[in-house]
Amino acid sequence: MSARERILARLSQASASEPQPLPNLEHWQPRVPPAGSAERLALFKELMRSAHAEVHDTDEQTWPELLLDLARQKNVRTLLVGNGTDSVARLQSLDSETLHVMSYQRPAEQWRAALFEQVDAGFTQAKSAIAATGSLVLWPSSQEPRLLSLVPPIHFVLLEAHALHADLREAMRVEQWATQMPTNALVISGPSKTADIQQTLAYGAHGPKELIVLLCHSREVSP
Amino acid sequence: MSTVSRTVAPDFSERSRQAIGDEAQRTGIRGAMDFLQSKRKAQFPDPQELSDLRDLGAAIRRYALANLPELLQQLEARLTANGVQVHWAETPEQANALMLEIAARHQARLMVKGKSMVSEEVELNHAMQAAGIEALETDMGEYIVQLAGEKPSHIIMPAIHKTKQQIATLFTEKLPGVSYNDNVDVLIQIGREVLRKKFAAADIGLSGVNFAVAETGTLYLVENEGNGRMCTTVPRVHVAITGIEKVVAKLEHVALLNSLLPRSATGQAVETYQNFINGPRKPGELDGPEEVHLILLDNGRTQAYADPQLRATLQCIRCGACMNHCPVYARIGGHAYGTTYPGPIGAILSPHLLGFGAAYPLVTASTLCGACADVCPVRIPIPDLLIRLRNEAQANPQAARKALRDSGAKHHLLLTLVWRIWALLYGRPRFYRWFSWCASRFGALAPRHQGAWTHTRAPLIPAPRRLRDLLPQQNRLD
Amino acid sequence: MNDHKQREYPAKPADVYLFGTCLVDQFVPAAGLDAIRLLEREGIRVHFPMQQACCGQPAYTSGFPEEARAVALRQFDLFPQPWPIVVLSGSCAGMMRQHYPTLFAHDAPRLSQAQALAERIFEFTEFLVQVVGFSRPDRAGPTTVALHTSCSARREMDVHVTGHTLLGALEHVQVVKHGHEEECCGFGGLFSLRHPDISGAIANDKVQEIRKAGAQHVVSADCGCLLNILGRATGPEASSSAGEASLTGEHIASFLWHRTAEVNV
Ligand code: SF4
Repeated sequence: MSARERILARLSQASASEPQPLPNLEHWQPRVPPAGSAERLALFKELMRSAHAEVHDTDEQTWPELLLDLARQKNVRTLLVGNGTDSVARLQSLDSETLHVMSYQRPAEQWRAALFEQVDAGFTQAKSAIAATGSLVLWPSSQEPRLLSLVPPIHFVLLEAHALHADLREAMRVEQWATQMPTNALVISGPSKTADIQQTLAYGAHGPKELIVLLCHSREVSP
Repeated sequence: MSTVSRTVAPDFSERSRQAIGDEAQRTGIRGAMDFLQSKRKAQFPDPQELSDLRDLGAAIRRYALANLPELLQQLEARLTANGVQVHWAETPEQANALMLEIAARHQARLMVKGKSMVSEEVELNHAMQAAGIEALETDMGEYIVQLAGEKPSHIIMPAIHKTKQQIATLFTEKLPGVSYNDNVDVLIQIGREVLRKKFAAADIGLSGVNFAVAETGTLYLVENEGNGRMCTTVPRVHVAITGIEKVVAKLEHVALLNSLLPRSATGQAVETYQNFINGPRKPGELDGPEEVHLILLDNGRTQAYADPQLRATLQCIRCGACMNHCPVYARIGGHAYGTTYPGPIGAILSPHLLGFGAAYPLVTASTLCGACADVCPVRIPIPDLLIRLRNEAQANPQAARKALRDSGAKHHLLLTLVWRIWALLYGRPRFYRWFSWCASRFGALAPRHQGAWTHTRAPLIPAPRRLRDLLPQQNRLD
Repeated sequence: MNDHKQREYPAKPADVYLFGTCLVDQFVPAAGLDAIRLLEREGIRVHFPMQQACCGQPAYTSGFPEEARAVALRQFDLFPQPWPIVVLSGSCAGMMRQHYPTLFAHDAPRLSQAQALAERIFEFTEFLVQVVGFSRPDRAGPTTVALHTSCSARREMDVHVTGHTLLGALEHVQVVKHGHEEECCGFGGLFSLRHPDISGAIANDKVQEIRKAGAQHVVSADCGCLLNILGRATGPEASSSAGEASLTGEHIASFLWHRTAEVNV
């Protein structure tokens, strides 16, 4: 018998416990303001900010300029973006002497050193967000690879303001995670941090030191 | 990288005595625990919500355990379909052999490790080193502890026993070109710079698993630092290692459990990164590992599983809240336990992993105050399990029913006899009355040195007259 | 966080049984006498079955359930009338109320007996507050005390609530909250003998915290804890640290009686 068979055999031989019903999570309702309300958005922003992220309101027309401004303020010289999306195209059109917009197009191992050492900031879109915990949902893809949101010291994220779920479970249900999981899904709730030294919070442990959310309001509700 | 542990006393009592004597460390641990306790408390302002959540958390874990063999097979099937290679290990040796085999196939020289208590449990670093492979801890706390040649003293905060000054000194000694600076931000940046180079160069990334989802074949990992994502994304090979009990049935169960885990563990609402790994890099994708492996470890867990009461041990989600609230842990810290898992969870889990030889002192080292069970997010009745384990250890080894492979290992004829006599005295009213009468009559003769009791306390002297001797007639019921 | 079920309490009875517990019987008999005085003053007849011994907890928590059962069984027949059973120690009350049913879980006839008995078990302060509705004027001078509640009593019986209710109602008593008030005193029965260093370190911190809070007197409804804390406060190390304020203590029954008796004793 293999280890697998022996382990499974031991488990199967164990006396059955009292039957356990599949837990019903229906009654577990997150305590967050209703969908679409200004309060829900405010909660999200507050939580993100308290986790040391920046949140900037913007809209469909102006967010690339806002990003450019912020990047300049933060002395970003190389901005890494994905490939093949509209947002990427718009950002690439802003490529200049002072801000190099670089597209992630080759497998990481072919340019790992440069990725780790020469990029100042990365840009991704968020699939959605979560109000209860102040979190962003990212589904990396071939157009927006996984390391875009991890290796560069600054992470810019574009988020549509309407894509704000109450909690993680709702996000999973509405977006049908269980049937269409990508290779990697991420829920990000702030910049990288640690409290491993004397419980003192420090940011930028291994991942981005700064997380900057561009909260994109559609025209009608834009402030 | 050295992993020699500093000389530790072979015996629990001696280790705890040493720890209690280390005033600075004790103050540090106490401070950390007070901090974690108050942060946890602030996360659960509504006792009803907490109670409901714990009910659900417990139900999810119990459901997973009740269906464990089926769920493990479902998990394996889904993972395999997703392209993940699943391995099973009954012992630490098997787990390490699997790991070495994978490493050898890729001619690996450097392995970067995310936080994994199971890798500590199997002493993976040791096995890797013996094979000439550098196994580098990358969680800041673990990195510091490894650099110091020590072991983690807490399952969530490995370097809880160290001050920033000690860490600054350590960095100065061990890292070339680093001068002393005990500013925490500076220390973290030093660690960041060192480790980034390692991530970029590593051949294998190792991680633990917080939950493995049977429904989707998902490995779920949470962390704050980003090193876990580095280890599972940058190297060409990712190996995850976990205990067989970490499986949950449904993806949404993860969402609920994680509304308990970080709040119970460190008192934060949510971790910075929740990482759902569903497989290796797909064609067209530009990063992520080309190979993902999962090693499922037994190492005594099936023994705990076999007993309907002790099975509750496996509900654990490794939040560490029990140790953060344990008065014994507060006094002796994690190292004194001498086991991978310290504190209350260590006391109920270690007998299955290590046997009573190493774990029995842990089972006795509890006042049964119940602080652990009070905070356990999945409602493990830790004191009840400790009582049961005390019973198992001392049971007659001849007994037919043995819940642990070494049940009865601490069976002691004299001790059993003492309890027999006690039961005889207290179970026979006449004996008891005679005995206690003697005790009070001759109480003045009570020894002034009463063994361990008078070590730190005044002697106990029975009152000259018992309550029953002093009772007014109308209260006596013969 | 206590989330056991809210208990329903009976009306004040005319008769109760008193379970003194072995520690009170042997070491602190005054607490038993004072408890009787307090209850009788409320018009309750108190019956002390002379055959009583120990609840069986020491054997139970040490991992000797057989021996615990043997001793527990002897207590079953001592309370034939349907009167409430008032227990002078929170942890013994917890044992009888919470753990007797576990102890006899596999013995159906005994189990129903154990359950019936458990229903009638009341910890002393719980009984005073919830059943008696105790309220007597404070007749003694101002004092500052700390309250220590045993862990099992806190978690199994909510005794910290009733203890504070009783002390809080005394006009001239200032009850100070001490640091880590909810933490164990380090007694743990045989734990204190098996791991004296750890136990001593915990007890030591408890004594320090109580002193730091400015109390010279500690009150508890649990004799085990009380003996542990006071033993530590007057133990070998205590005398060596000069200038430490002395710490005295008593069972809450004695404290209440001394403060509310008509003629101050
Ligand atoms: S036993 Fe409970 S409190 Fe302790 S680590 Fe496990 S889940 Fe957390």
